[in-house]
Amino acid sequence: MSEQQKHSAQLHEQFDRVWGNLPGFGQLAAVNHTSVGLRFVVTGLFFFLVGGVLAMLMRTQLALPEQEIIGPELYSQLFTMHGTLMMFLFAIPILEGVAMYLIPKMVGARDLAFPRLGAMGYYCYLFGGLIILSSLALSIAPDSGWFMYTPLSSSTFSPGPGSDFWLLGITFVEISSMTGAIELVISILRTRSNGMSLRRMPIFCWYILAMALMIVFGFPPLILGSILLELERAAGLVFFEVAGGGDPLLWQHLFWLFGHPEVYIIFLPAAGIVSTLIPVFARRPIVGYRWIVLAVIVMGFISFGLWVHHMFTVGIPQLAQAFFSMASMLVAIPTAIQVFAWLATLWTGRVVWNLPMLWILGFLIIFVAGGLTGVMLALVPFNWQVHDTHFVVAHMHYVLVGGMLFPLIAGLYYWLPHVSGRMPSDMLGRWAFWLVFIGFNMTFLLMHLTGLLGMPRRVYTYEAGLGWDWLNLLSSIGGFVMAIGIAMFLLDIFLHFRFGRRAPRNPWGADSLEWAVAMPVTTYNFISLPDIRSRHPLWHNPQLPFEIEEGKHAMAVIRHGRRETWGSDAVTGRVREVVHLPSHSWIPLQAGVVLAIVCLSLLLKTYWLALGATLVAAFIMLRWSWVNGAHPDMAPVRDDDPSDPPLHSRTHDGPGRWGMLVTLMANGSFYASLLFGWFYLWTASPQWQAPEQGPLALMPLLASGVLLSLAVVVYQWLTQRLRRGVTRHLQGGLWISAGIGLIHVAVLVWLMLAAELTPTQSAHDSVLAVMLGYLLFHGALSAVATAMQAVRVRFGYVSAQLPYEPLVLQPFWSYTLGVFWLSFAAFILLPMAW
Amino acid sequence: MAGFSVVTLVVVASLWLYALRRRPGEVSDEQAQRIQNRWVIGGGLILPIVSITALLAFGIPIGHRMLPLPLVEEEPLRIDVTARQWWWDVSYPASGIRLRDELHIPAGMPVDLHLTSEDVIHSFWVPRLGGKLDMLPGRTNVLRLEADEPGLYYGQCAEYCGTGHAHMKFTVRAHAPGEFDAWLEGATVDE
Repeated sequence: MSEQQKHSAQLHEQFDRVWGNLPGFGQLAAVNHTSVGLRFVVTGLFFFLVGGVLAMLMRTQLALPEQEIIGPELYSQLFTMHGTLMMFLFAIPILEGVAMYLIPKMVGARDLAFPRLGAMGYYCYLFGGLIILSSLALSIAPDSGWFMYTPLSSSTFSPGPGSDFWLLGITFVEISSMTGAIELVISILRTRSNGMSLRRMPIFCWYILAMALMIVFGFPPLILGSILLELERAAGLVFFEVAGGGDPLLWQHLFWLFGHPEVYIIFLPAAGIVSTLIPVFARRPIVGYRWIVLAVIVMGFISFGLWVHHMFTVGIPQLAQAFFSMASMLVAIPTAIQVFAWLATLWTGRVVWNLPMLWILGFLIIFVAGGLTGVMLALVPFNWQVHDTHFVVAHMHYVLVGGMLFPLIAGLYYWLPHVSGRMPSDMLGRWAFWLVFIGFNMTFLLMHLTGLLGMPRRVYTYEAGLGWDWLNLLSSIGGFVMAIGIAMFLLDIFLHFRFGRRAPRNPWGADSLEWAVAMPVTTYNFISLPDIRSRHPLWHNPQLPFEIEEGKHAMAVIRHGRRETWGSDAVTGRVREVVHLPSHSWIPLQAGVVLAIVCLSLLLKTYWLALGATLVAAFIMLRWSWVNGAHPDMAPVRDDDPSDPPLHSRTHDGPGRWGMLVTLMANGSFYASLLFGWFYLWTASPQWQAPEQGPLALMPLLASGVLLSLAVVVYQWLTQRLRRGVTRHLQGGLWISAGIGLIHVAVLVWLMLAAELTPTQSAHDSVLAVMLGYLLFHGALSAVATAMQAVRVRFGYVSAQLPYEPLVLQPFWSYTLGVFWLSFAAFILLPMAW
Repeated sequence: MAGFSVVTLVVVASLWLYALRRRPGEVSDEQAQRIQNRWVIGGGLILPIVSITALLAFGIPIGHRMLPLPLVEEEPLRIDVTARQWWWDVSYPASGIRLRDELHIPAGMPVDLHLTSEDVIHSFWVPRLGGKLDMLPGRTNVLRLEADEPGLYYGQCAEYCGTGHAHMKFTVRAHAPGEFDAWLEGATVDE
């Protein structure tokens, strides 16, 4: 062993001790993005298998006409759960998992920006998924279809717990999507290696950035909708029930406001995989990098403007139909730009043909076909004919399986050596591809015709002799062929861990940084963090992996056993600070377990237990934020603290503040959805009634607003001084701000009780109650968090030297103030002026 | 529309296959730029914009004609259809006739169906007569249908509405104009 190798091995040992997980059960305390990302992927594949088995049961039932193998009750549970599992528990989590695994490695970081958040997200996903799945085992699964239209899903028409499992379980799982999205955005923007400007970012990062931002804005409408529907089911509030002034169409709007962006949330990362693989195998940089980035951004925007195309048959005005029809077709443009940029890349490159490329080709054919039927569906008269038939079933499987599953499998094959250090088998992989490809087309190409012949979706059986018999039989056979292909793919992956031949470093000759990580993957990614001077660092300098390993670049030391990575400027990628990251922790698991108890106790309608568990969860979260910054377990102030660049908890603007801002964007989207619901019911609900006199007393409400404003002014004044390094009266000031905030909350509570709202009888009062609850929550949280800051000043975790945390909290106060006065205008002033 | 789609699919797929097999030799940056412009602007911008414009120019007027706009001649026959789990309550307000799971209409003239629901969301659909329209509690949607030929047409619920959904069917009997009046009279007498 040479001197150099010995040195590298030593470095590896040092880094692995700090970055590695605890042994045995300690694995459950892992927060490392490699572990968490892989857990997402494996769990996602598990749910994919379950969803696939459900599909096979349905195809068995439909294979022949008038079969009675599966009755209508079970069949409705099957199709509801198939859609739910595939969309919420497979597609999004597995793609987020892939992104969580890859993104830090691609941008040259050692971990994601908020490791504990990612770990908690995983537990929410796992427990939520198991809760939903358990309903199927008990035969009480949700059965109103995966988009849960009311009133079918309401307590009148679905009295069993099925809908509750869906609403509570999915909301619980959404926590993981949101946390994953937030930390991906921040990691991409703020933890890139030195010099990786936005223009030098691997194209995959652009796709994931767009996806994550779309989740941030797209999921809150569904979360709001689920909360409202659950409140209607469990507590008798009125939002979607016509009799009290609600409207079932509001659910459809909220659902598809989420549901359409979701399709692109699933497609974008998969397209990102395609855009990553094609240039590697064409042996040239991607053609039209800027065009693609532009197309991805445009796609993100357009996708929020076409949710109504799922609702062309509910009876909406002609002009709106023309608008949404056009918007839906416009999506074809950014899609076509990408397809042709890929084509041009292949055209100008020398293509190396292998297994991942085979899946990419399958993707192209199926996805383009699905896109074309999508353009057809956007045409309103055609949509009226085939909406809710098997044509739509065929279309969406073309788009989702073609647009997501094929690229995903290509990506899994491509990055498999990265995880295992071994190559997949070419032979099995090819068999798997052809079986899946042929089986898929046999099932779904024919299904277009079945739909055109008039077979509606979601029927558990059909009469013989309508011309659907042979089509259904062939579709079922195709489905089983595809299932065998999938089994073969999984077998291939399973076997390769044992029998695959050893992979050399960077086996595909790729250009991006993740291949500079040693194989099989290490816990810390990079011993030293390189300066990035090109979009293709490994093509630019093939020796880079070895230089990194030998510690020839920056930050090749472990300081005080801390996990550290760069924090950099969002645009230029220049290093600004050293981000110190938490090491393994039990808090995420504790939070996940307690939140699961909240979810279960709500399902069992034991509300006292739910309340208790919520308080425990709040305590755990506070404890979580307590172990931060200069806390002895994190980065206590020491004489040898680095100063250039400084530790992020010593600055005014670290990743935490960015995380706060992105969280507030999601929160804003949630609030905007609530406002949308208010105005929608007010203007469009068939039996809307508003009382002559608003139920809330005006003067006390104004007074509580003034109190809130005062609390924020005090807080702003304190943070301004803190920025200048003045800390006199800091602790006392924080206590005062928190105190005024609490009085504001108390006044709100009193107002709410005095108003004698009757939310079980009128939609007006129901929306008002939810709005008040929202304001209460924000007021209380601001106050409690501020009180905690005051305590932290006392403990010396916040000071002139450590101004970071009050500045992170500051935007939350401003947001609370903003929504209060906005609500005052929308819920009080506007109805008065009407 | 379907033909155009198939052609697009085949052309794009063949271009890809060709691009995969092609051995371009050294491509200079300038050439690559030219190729990029050709494909991305031609295929990515012009192709979809032209197709979409054509499709909308053709599709929006058709959609417009299918709407229940006021007619110049006499008002069309009105039939109220109320959906329940899992049957169709059909009534003729002008003559007071009520039927279950069957409609009778005159062939060759437009009919306005006033659709609503008593419980969950259903959707009215006779595949051979036209598009579907949802039936929502609290709202009434109007669907205009016209059967060109007398005969028997089959309809079914097209929005999942619970376990009876698969069997929620109905028939539409289109009568020749003269016969329809006779049926109307006969049915009214029966009441």
